[in-house]
Amino acid sequence: MGMRRRVGGFVLLVNPILCDGFGHCAELAPDLVHVDEWGYPVIVTEPVPLANLAALESARYAVRGCPRQALRIERVSDPH
Amino acid sequence: MIAPDSLPRVLHGASGRPLTLAQHDEAFGPMPRTAPSLDLLEASGLTGRGGAAFPTARKARLIGDQRGHTKFMVVNAMEGEPAAHKDRTLISANPHLVLDGAQYLAGIIGARHVAVCVSRDDPIMVNHLQRAVHERDRHSARGVNFELHTPPWRYVAGEESALIHWLDDNESLPQYRPRRPHVLRIGHAPALVDNAETCAHVGLIARYGSDWFRRLGTPTSPGTALVSISGAVARPTVLEVALGVPVRTIIERAGADPDPQALLMGGYGGAWLDARHLDVAYSADALAPLGSSVGAGVIIVLPRTGCGIVETFRIARWMANESARQCGPCAFGLPAIAEDLARLVAGDSAGAGAAYDRLVDRCGAIEGRGACRHPDGVVRLVRSALRVFADHVEDHVRGRACAASRSNHHYSAVPTLEREEELIWE
Ligand SMILES: Cc1cc2nc3c(=O)[nH]c(=O)nc-3n(C[C@H](O)[C@H](O)[C@H](O)COP(=O)(O)O)c2cc1C
Ligand code: SF4
Ligand code: SF4
Repeated sequence: MGMRRRVGGFVLLVNPILCDGFGHCAELAPDLVHVDEWGYPVIVTEPVPLANLAALESARYAVRGCPRQALRIERVSDPH
Repeated sequence: MIAPDSLPRVLHGASGRPLTLAQHDEAFGPMPRTAPSLDLLEASGLTGRGGAAFPTARKARLIGDQRGHTKFMVVNAMEGEPAAHKDRTLISANPHLVLDGAQYLAGIIGARHVAVCVSRDDPIMVNHLQRAVHERDRHSARGVNFELHTPPWRYVAGEESALIHWLDDNESLPQYRPRRPHVLRIGHAPALVDNAETCAHVGLIARYGSDWFRRLGTPTSPGTALVSISGAVARPTVLEVALGVPVRTIIERAGADPDPQALLMGGYGGAWLDARHLDVAYSADALAPLGSSVGAGVIIVLPRTGCGIVETFRIARWMANESARQCGPCAFGLPAIAEDLARLVAGDSAGAGAAYDRLVDRCGAIEGRGACRHPDGVVRLVRSALRVFADHVEDHVRGRACAASRSNHHYSAVPTLEREEELIWE
């Protein structure tokens, strides 16, 4: 990405089959994830602008911190 | 040739036992010798009869466009829906029509293998299909290679990614597909999955053309469809109807209670339809604004003496037990929803009011969060019940649980929960 303009947005996606529901992601990215009553992550579905560096950084933390590697960041070209 | 306006079509020639290949060719005429045409399929406007009503040609195009020498055509005759009997009825009548259509679709996508999938818990169906496949092998001029596969019966075993998982690796577990449309693969080979009834319609379109097909049905939902009707009917039956006829006509033809309370449309993952709307057309676009659908072609008739909340509870409890238990929101959410419904049925003493509020929240919480659409089906069912039976729900919350909810007479023939509490997937 480097010097390119940060256009578009991203979403954080969870693979529910891999996820074990211990909820580390909700601690690592509290703005994007909260847990449901059973401890499984509920993730903001609206794309977040890539320009929101703090959110992007915390999403990356969550992806790296997920013990099951169940999380993924996906770019969306057209945020609304 | 079948006259364009006459019914039945896919059940044409049904005689109580499956037509042999010779009888089949006599009844329907030969398949055309020209190359299978995607344009013809597209012009027919056929939509899938397995539940999602997705345009069949569009799916075929997606798989046809994939690179790779090996491709698979998969016929989904699993019929996981307990209230559905249409694929069984069809295969007991015209197995070769299903295979004709599958072969045609295989030709379109460039597949040399056709996997016909039917549950091993239905030995009669396995037998019918085995025979039909053998018969075709003997007349092997017909080209493609048919294989019969028999996964064990489960509700989600018929879900397309679970079916492919079975063919790939002998496990009937749905797969995670973050992006749709998703190309399912057996090994590296792209696979097209179509419901058995969908294939049968293709077998007719191939013979008689798209204009013939469109002579029945509506412009957006052309053709006919099989409907499995049960509940308050003289006898559960499977009918072939033109899409777009009033729902009232269908239930009249089935000899159902003429003044029901509601109908469960689509199946266990479908939605209740208030009997006020009996004159709505039986098609995906007419039913959608009412929150209902054609789904897997199931109609369960609930009479005025029945209790929709109990029926919903029984179905939801069964569906919770049929979760593949791979995804938290489904494995924990569905039993929680069933539990709330149980409290709603029991009434005030069990905290029905609080249960109702939780139910609404939990439906919102689990929707769209499973790897497959199994939990979404339950959410749709429960939401429709809360809407259609709103007055009745109110009575339950106020502690005036109806007499019907305490009786042992039910209209949805939910299978018994023999495996309750067992973690059947481990
Ligand atoms: C939980 C679940 C169970 C399903 N079970 C069946 C089934 O038993 N038979 C079937 O044909 N389709 C079933 N489906 C739909 C299939 O996933 C798929 O959409 C269908 O086979 C595609 O065929 P069609 O395009 O011809 O309708 C199920 C879907 C879900 C979400
Ligand atoms: S950290 Fe990973 S495994 Fe844990 S709850 Fe979050 S997504 Fe699931
Ligand atoms: S949503 Fe439910 S049925 Fe579907 S894969 Fe996940 S646990 Fe299995």
